[in-house]
Amino acid sequence: MTAVDTAPEPAAAPPPKEEQPRIVTRDKRHTGWKLLGIAVVWVVGWSLLKGQNTLAVPFQQLNSFDTWINGLRDDIQAAAQTNWFFHGVIGNISDFFNWLVTQIQQLVSIPSPPRPVPEIGWLGVVALLGWVGLAAAGVRWALLVIVTVLLFGFCGLWQDGIDTLIITVIAVVTCIVIGIPVGIAMSRRKWLSAAITPVLDIMQTMPSFAYLAPLALIFGIGASSAVVLTIIYSLPPLVRITEHGIRTVPATTIEAAGSMGLTQSQLLRKVQLPMARRTIVVGINQCTMAALSMAVISAFVAGPGLGQDVMNALQNLDVGTAAVAGGLIVMIAIMLDRTTTAASERRERVQGRVASVSGMGVMLTNVVLERLPRWASEDSRVSRRRPSALMRRISLGVVAIPVLVCVYLSRQYIDLAQFPESWDFGGDIARKINDFVNWFVNQVDTFTTGFKNLVTYGLLNPLQDLMAQSPWWLMAFVLLSVGFVLGGIRALVAVAVCEAIILGTGLWNDSMITLTMTLVATILVMIIALVLGVAMGRNRVADVTIRPFLDTFQTIPSFVYLVPALALFGVGRFTAIVAAVAYGVPIATKLVADGIRGVSSTTVEAARASGITSWQMILKVQIPMARESLVLATNQGLLYVLSVVVIGGLVGGGSLGYLVVSGFSQDQLFGKGLAAGIAITALGVMLDRVARYSAARYGRG
Amino acid sequence: MRRPLHLRLIGVAAAAALMLSACGGGGIKDNTTSGSGKSCGTFNIAVNPWTGYVADAYVVGVVAQEKLGCTVNYKNVKEEVGWQGMSSGTIDTILENWGHADLVKKYVTDQKTVEDAGMTGNEGIIGWYVPPWMAQKYPDITNWKNLNKYASMFKTSESGGKGQLLDGDPSYVTNDEALVKNLNLDYQVVVGGSEAALIQSFRSAEKNKTPLLAYFYEPQWFFSEMKLVRVHLPKYTPGCDADAAKVACDYPPYHLNKLISTKFADSGSPAVTLVKQFHWTNDDQNEVAEYIAKDGMKPEDAAKKWIDANPDLVNQWLQGT
Repeated sequence: MTAVDTAPEPAAAPPPKEEQPRIVTRDKRHTGWKLLGIAVVWVVGWSLLKGQNTLAVPFQQLNSFDTWINGLRDDIQAAAQTNWFFHGVIGNISDFFNWLVTQIQQLVSIPSPPRPVPEIGWLGVVALLGWVGLAAAGVRWALLVIVTVLLFGFCGLWQDGIDTLIITVIAVVTCIVIGIPVGIAMSRRKWLSAAITPVLDIMQTMPSFAYLAPLALIFGIGASSAVVLTIIYSLPPLVRITEHGIRTVPATTIEAAGSMGLTQSQLLRKVQLPMARRTIVVGINQCTMAALSMAVISAFVAGPGLGQDVMNALQNLDVGTAAVAGGLIVMIAIMLDRTTTAASERRERVQGRVASVSGMGVMLTNVVLERLPRWASEDSRVSRRRPSALMRRISLGVVAIPVLVCVYLSRQYIDLAQFPESWDFGGDIARKINDFVNWFVNQVDTFTTGFKNLVTYGLLNPLQDLMAQSPWWLMAFVLLSVGFVLGGIRALVAVAVCEAIILGTGLWNDSMITLTMTLVATILVMIIALVLGVAMGRNRVADVTIRPFLDTFQTIPSFVYLVPALALFGVGRFTAIVAAVAYGVPIATKLVADGIRGVSSTTVEAARASGITSWQMILKVQIPMARESLVLATNQGLLYVLSVVVIGGLVGGGSLGYLVVSGFSQDQLFGKGLAAGIAITALGVMLDRVARYSAARYGRG
Repeated sequence: MRRPLHLRLIGVAAAAALMLSACGGGGIKDNTTSGSGKSCGTFNIAVNPWTGYVADAYVVGVVAQEKLGCTVNYKNVKEEVGWQGMSSGTIDTILENWGHADLVKKYVTDQKTVEDAGMTGNEGIIGWYVPPWMAQKYPDITNWKNLNKYASMFKTSESGGKGQLLDGDPSYVTNDEALVKNLNLDYQVVVGGSEAALIQSFRSAEKNKTPLLAYFYEPQWFFSEMKLVRVHLPKYTPGCDADAAKVACDYPPYHLNKLISTKFADSGSPAVTLVKQFHWTNDDQNEVAEYIAKDGMKPEDAAKKWIDANPDLVNQWLQGT
């Protein structure tokens, strides 16, 4: 995967052919001394000029940009009834999605008037989905589908679970319809690729929280906004991976096909698409996972589904319900991931695992992150004799008969149509969890408060003081110079542009507070990731034990973390940081572990032969050699953390995230909220670019 | 290129399932609308994020569903998003509105997409409160003039060296930032995020005897559990809160009202009449809210319990539907 573009670096020596335990090139840059110099200037400047020119603005105060946006919003609202674009184009798209969602809902999840129940009852839905799983992926995965869907009912969240599936499927299908042609077109025309790639970058870096309000404004609240929100986030991975898949069809194959006289479209249909099919399926898989990760946030625009339960739980401090609903989302993720993966594997005769597009070496803006728990499917790769196509067809046909009987029965009997309430164990489970959490919080609340105060007073407040109380120009200079020292001239340019954007939004001070929280959380993430990752990288048993937890934690939607964090630590920035750390640790840990394991065994052996201790091995050999992974882990950690720090506005996180939340809920703050969204995006791009360019510089030792 | 086998099979099966669906369905009786009026169709109620509102929404919703045969959708939205939803037609009603003079002007007066639907009968109070133990120990804290004297007590890690004034959901009606500034109080507004967070904070403050000053409101079931004490701000006089940035007086008494979208009002749905005739007291609302928040009942069940106990009032609401 060509994740990091490595522009020629005049200063750097060409990478040595054989890996060596000591890297000489790095020392020449004196990065540490330069950073120290910057820090000294910064602290001295801060102590002299503290509190001046901080550009802090009171919460309710609006600048001209904000009021301009408010005016624009009012115009759009007024125009929404008549304007050809908003009424004619957007209005119809919005109506179409709303209509589509309602139709499918009435088919399977909500009462379809005049019937008091949906057209197909729960038994029929379970049978049909199980059959789809069987047809697409096989018996094992059909069982997984059935269990997952039944769990919706047993947890008392039947309708919400099915609704989440509906929204996800509609969004993914739309993504496929749009994304694959776009990806193909991009693979064939360089200029198109160059034009669209930055748009995809923005779509992926911008926290979805930031565009909720304008989306609700344009598409109205409800299912259609939820679908569009999901599409915006989940389209980029599919487009990128499709482009990548078609691009990487070997040139020799293309030439051979060309010499046989195939036309462009024949080439595409007969050669490129079949050969890239597996990669494209990976893209669809990634797209599905990304779509599902929007399940909770879509509740903000009144999208139906499990997100509603998580949001309510957050509002009511109901850890139990959040856990149940969050658990179901994880189950759906595993189910969709397994079935799409299995579907792609069984159809492909050409074997050989896809060079992990989603794995190592990928920056967020290039391809999505590996969010899929892999452990459950590892053993499915054991090759066994596949039944012939004819046998499968016959068996599917035979199984279809009881499925149709189930559908029929579920239309006839109310108990088979409506999931029986007596089977609902979700409430009990939630109550038990809540009892436990209450007990636990009561036991530890002095300790948690102490810990919170320790980190807040010891690290967060001083750093925030330093960053937010420095004059803006000093802070801007510090960021620019750090960017330059770490990432070179391109990072400098990126930082300058992003700083200009943040200044333009008039939210400099709030941005610095958000940046502080992001940095503190990232530091905590990296400390934990280093400890866990080194243990995992050095020890197979540790890896096997820890990895399943990481996989699961990675699949839990970020919002779910806010609820227990809130219960433990009360409101405040620290709570947001805790949730952010919980969300960022899994990906960072995995990357560190992979990096440590990737250190060549000859190097390790050589070092060991020289008689060093384990500690020296870790500190002097393994960590320095895994530098590339560490930089990458930091980059990913930063972006994961930023996305949660922003939603931390919901639990007293303050600053930009809070402005976005407020902009979404207070009429006169709409413009300011949108400005905050832009500032967040600029922060995200800035952090990503600095980390990316430093990775390009320092990564290759 | 042949289409993959299983895709075709799925198509065939889906078609078969649909055909079966079309002919089945005899065993489950259709909903019939009671009464002779127009059928109700769907009824979209905004649900704002506090328990008192949830009580309103589900009591009206359950009545609409059971007595009028409506298909009720509850939309969890913030207040202003609800207004926006009524304007664009995705929401039919807001059942407890707290003033919002700016939105009334925008949507009711100018756009004419929203209409007033009468009072709920609930009287709203917004104010600053302290837990009972504080009012006992520091009796003069209930006067705003003494707040600065106690500011250092209220310091937290989030309040930047000042006293902390804890607020609720970011969408709640509040002048607190302006009040702190205009009354020269040495306090910092910190947003707690939700009603539940406020209640939790009061509980823990009373239990651990820790200081707390927070935004709170009535109608509110929690007062039956804990008698919070209100801090008196400079007296409210009509018009003293006209300029949001210069407010230096207490919150006005709110007469909570209902709103319906014009589109819904013109639809002739019997639920319009229900919404217009819906009214009850603070005690009624608190009763249902307590079932939900304290006893952990599902909102539907809480609403049903209250409806079954108050048939006369419910029948009044249904007159003429």
